[in-house]
Amino acid sequence: MDLDWTALGLSLKVAGWATLINLVAGVGLGALLARRRFPGRELLDTVLTLPMVLPPTVLGYYLLVLIGRNGPLGAWLQATFGINLVFTWQAAVIAAAVASLPLVFKPARAAFEGVDRQLEQAARTLGLTEAAVFFRVTLPLAWRGILAGLLLAFARAMGEFGATLMVAGSIPGRTQTLSIAIYEAVQSGQDGRANALVILTSVVCIVVLLLAARLVGGRRRGMRDVA
Amino acid sequence: MILRTLLPFVLLLGAVPASAAALTVSAASSLTESFQAVARAYEQVHPGTQVDLNFAASGVLLQQISRGAPVDVFASADLPTMERAAQRGLLLTGSRHVFARNTLWVVVPPRTAVPPRRLQALADRGVQRIALGNPDSVPAGHYAVQALRRAGVWSALEGKVIRTQNVRQSLDYVARGEVDAGFVYATDAQAMAARVTRAFEVPVEGGIAYPLAALKGSRHPAEAQRFIAFVRSPQGQAILRRHGFSAP
Repeated sequence: MDLDWTALGLSLKVAGWATLINLVAGVGLGALLARRRFPGRELLDTVLTLPMVLPPTVLGYYLLVLIGRNGPLGAWLQATFGINLVFTWQAAVIAAAVASLPLVFKPARAAFEGVDRQLEQAARTLGLTEAAVFFRVTLPLAWRGILAGLLLAFARAMGEFGATLMVAGSIPGRTQTLSIAIYEAVQSGQDGRANALVILTSVVCIVVLLLAARLVGGRRRGMRDVA
Repeated sequence: MILRTLLPFVLLLGAVPASAAALTVSAASSLTESFQAVARAYEQVHPGTQVDLNFAASGVLLQQISRGAPVDVFASADLPTMERAAQRGLLLTGSRHVFARNTLWVVVPPRTAVPPRRLQALADRGVQRIALGNPDSVPAGHYAVQALRRAGVWSALEGKVIRTQNVRQSLDYVARGEVDAGFVYATDAQAMAARVTRAFEVPVEGGIAYPLAALKGSRHPAEAQRFIAFVRSPQGQAILRRHGFSAP
């Protein structure tokens, strides 16, 4: 059972970091795509959406080729900083973050596009700086959509399997996340272990969903109070 | 309108032909190229029969079969996995035969400056990662761990081990230079001779034997037996020899 808690802890750590990265990257990209017009805007949106539609093995292969020891980014990191990403939990974070990014920036973009620009203009006429307008007007108005996306992204990151297996491998205690531990247990016929892990995962997912419902629901009530 | 948009897709689904009744052969990953060649040759000799190949680690194939996968012939990379299949009553009596032998090797990326020459050398600082099949489901990994235990270096190496899903994944990681060494069969090394270098042969107690058998649940038992006979025939054996396997 000792190992199973390690797998759970690792999954939570990986999904947590991936969600944190996506909070910054997803909100930034969502705002950029909603508010700035530049050549290749829709192309960028499409490319960033790819991880959602591509098979995870394709994503895993792209990542392995990119950050592997002989890959352009991997070789550079190795030569410059002595960092090796493949087969580390950080590689699992990268895989999970890339796979779940569309689930954050897509709803974020839609949420930003739904914000009434007249409210922003009003804030500007009252003397707020651009940064203050974004953080005190735009972001709070778009927050519900972004939060929903972040919760989905966290769930997706928890369940990430194919790409993670390819770039992070399956090292017990280091990169063997819950989903990979379950796969290994089933593959080698350890049904008892598989059952324990599957129940554990289901319980965690139910808790996350309940928390999410409470969080979003509570916010909704809060909004109504303000209105 | 929606219907008109969807209609072509529905028609497309209907147009995909259902596959003809075929012989399903589940074979160890290390048999990938050789069994593809054997299956092609078999289909030429017996026109009208289609051989569907399913490759994975032997332990994984056994799990699939135990859970009712519709398989006609099972070829394992080790005797213990086949023995477990026999104990679970999955095999057609009298159809079990050893059809090939192999050897286990440590392979390294071609650019390795000083390739290791024995198991003890894998404990050196220059070797940071070693790819090895999950010993619970991958025979090559099981053989490797046994050899490392016998050599008394397993505990020193455990932290360097990257567990893989089958022997071909170990081979791929070595070829890509993601690991410094990997345990694969001679036949795997031959299949990727340009991208991996053989360092040394790993001693395996009792050698490495490949058994195959027809399965009790097969819907084409006669055809399954005929395929096994073909693998053991001079023509089948010649193909296996060409891929580096030795005689049973």
